[in-house]
Amino acid sequence: MTKLEMDLLELLQEDCRLPLEKLAVMTGSTLEEAASAIDDMEKRHVILRYAPTINWDLTERERVEAMIEVKVTPQRDMGFDAVAKRIYRFEEVRSVYLMSGSYDLLVLVEARTLKELALFVSQKLSTIETVTGTATSFVLKRYKEEGVVFEDDAQDRRLVVSP
Amino acid sequence: MNYDRLINRTVAAVPPSGIRRFFDIASTMKDAISLGVGEPDFVTPYHIRDAAVNSLLDGGTQYTANRGLPELRREIAFYLEHRFGTAYHPDTEIVVTVGASEAIDAVLRVLVEPGDEVLIPDPSYVSYSPSVLFAGGTPVAVKTCEAEGFRLNAEAVREAITERTKCLILPYPNNPTGGIMERQDLEKLAKVIREKEILVISDEIYAELTYGGKQHESFAALPGMWPYTVTINGFSKSFAMTGWRVGYACGPKEIMDMVNKIHQYAILCAPRMSQVAAVEALRLGRERNYEDVARMRESYDRRRRLLVDGFRSMGLSCFEPLGAFYVFPSIRVTGMSSETFCGELLKAKHIATVPGTAFGESGEGHIRCSYATGIDKLNLALDGIRAFLEDVREEERG
Repeated sequence: MTKLEMDLLELLQEDCRLPLEKLAVMTGSTLEEAASAIDDMEKRHVILRYAPTINWDLTERERVEAMIEVKVTPQRDMGFDAVAKRIYRFEEVRSVYLMSGSYDLLVLVEARTLKELALFVSQKLSTIETVTGTATSFVLKRYKEEGVVFEDDAQDRRLVVSP
Repeated sequence: MNYDRLINRTVAAVPPSGIRRFFDIASTMKDAISLGVGEPDFVTPYHIRDAAVNSLLDGGTQYTANRGLPELRREIAFYLEHRFGTAYHPDTEIVVTVGASEAIDAVLRVLVEPGDEVLIPDPSYVSYSPSVLFAGGTPVAVKTCEAEGFRLNAEAVREAITERTKCLILPYPNNPTGGIMERQDLEKLAKVIREKEILVISDEIYAELTYGGKQHESFAALPGMWPYTVTINGFSKSFAMTGWRVGYACGPKEIMDMVNKIHQYAILCAPRMSQVAAVEALRLGRERNYEDVARMRESYDRRRRLLVDGFRSMGLSCFEPLGAFYVFPSIRVTGMSSETFCGELLKAKHIATVPGTAFGESGEGHIRCSYATGIDKLNLALDGIRAFLEDVREEERG
């Protein structure tokens, strides 16, 4: 990665709506350089999408989230990848991570109701032959995600004008 | 009670800061966007806060040695030598103070007697001139200008020196202009200083904040200039530690003994918990090659470019500042004075900036804008100022 690419990523991670002109100015590059660097990173799948961080709790949308610790038997030649792939294909699954420690995969799942989520675990996840155990924990409240605090009461404590 | 009879006339005669008026108005506006803030928008890094909390929980609540914790002075000596090539002995040549402000005040009081003159680049930080007056001296402004990048011109210094001149305050990187002094500028100045045998108080509080591939050059690091220099620095800007109030003065033993004399009677010592935090800032900085500082600098640099480009694109002349976290665009095209421009902008668009004249006469025609503020706010402020300028042009036409 070049310095320009890293600079662009840092800026986009904070605000992906920054216009190209400002991105170029702030990174000290030309419009063409910035555009081509971003384009290139999109092609290489370094940048996967431009999405906002949403506090769904402030919307009408009902949803249940859970983190499921999954123990699996790794398969010959495939390791954990094959089972991870089977799991992330379910549309309820938001994220899948291979973990070190007492379990193997951490699966973040989202469903509309508790029942739907329970059915996902019992009928879809647990029935995969290499899955040997699951432990489901429900998300009760989200405080911080992607570096953003949801109910941030921190104010700028600085004097509004100072020498 | 007639207090006028009792109050020191010198103190009473010093006018209130030119910033105060804007502070008073802006602080009543809930939605004001401020480009008027002279301190970092970062919170002190966690490990530094943690060190101070732990020291308090451990019962570290006593006085320290007058000159500061020996450990802190050792760290400062190491830091200055490795970052800026200036060597000071921790036992005899460094005094830790309550912010760089106390250091400046104490050094001036050590040097200045009634009638003595102190040269101060104009525009500069607001407290130099009052500190000289409080010490009984006479501040003498040495003008700097946009055309020369607000650098201090050695010949202008030579012309300003009289037999009453005791010292020159050298505040670079500069607040409010963002100007810096490069090696060749300092060398020319050094020649004059050696010739005239005056002292330089080099306020290097923004030393870590230089951009465009420029490294800060410390005056004391120039060949032969160490004996002519008192270096002032602190933790406020480099480590985002403004509220902790820790700074330091370094210089020849003969001067530092006197600085310590004033410091020990007036202050006793800088707060212990702040000194512990400062030790942690330098210790971890040293171990991690000052990566926190580098990250902050990088972040300021992006915002610096954004603001310079923003002002230029709205037709204001804006010299490229290579230090501190201020830009100092010229608003002369509007025909307004700095004071009027800032007042009208605040009233019309609720955007707080500081008139250049708050920092000296040579600041007329400029406004100081701090970019130590989030990118979103900077963009809003730029949009607001652009709209304000359009309104002004519209009025002129109509």
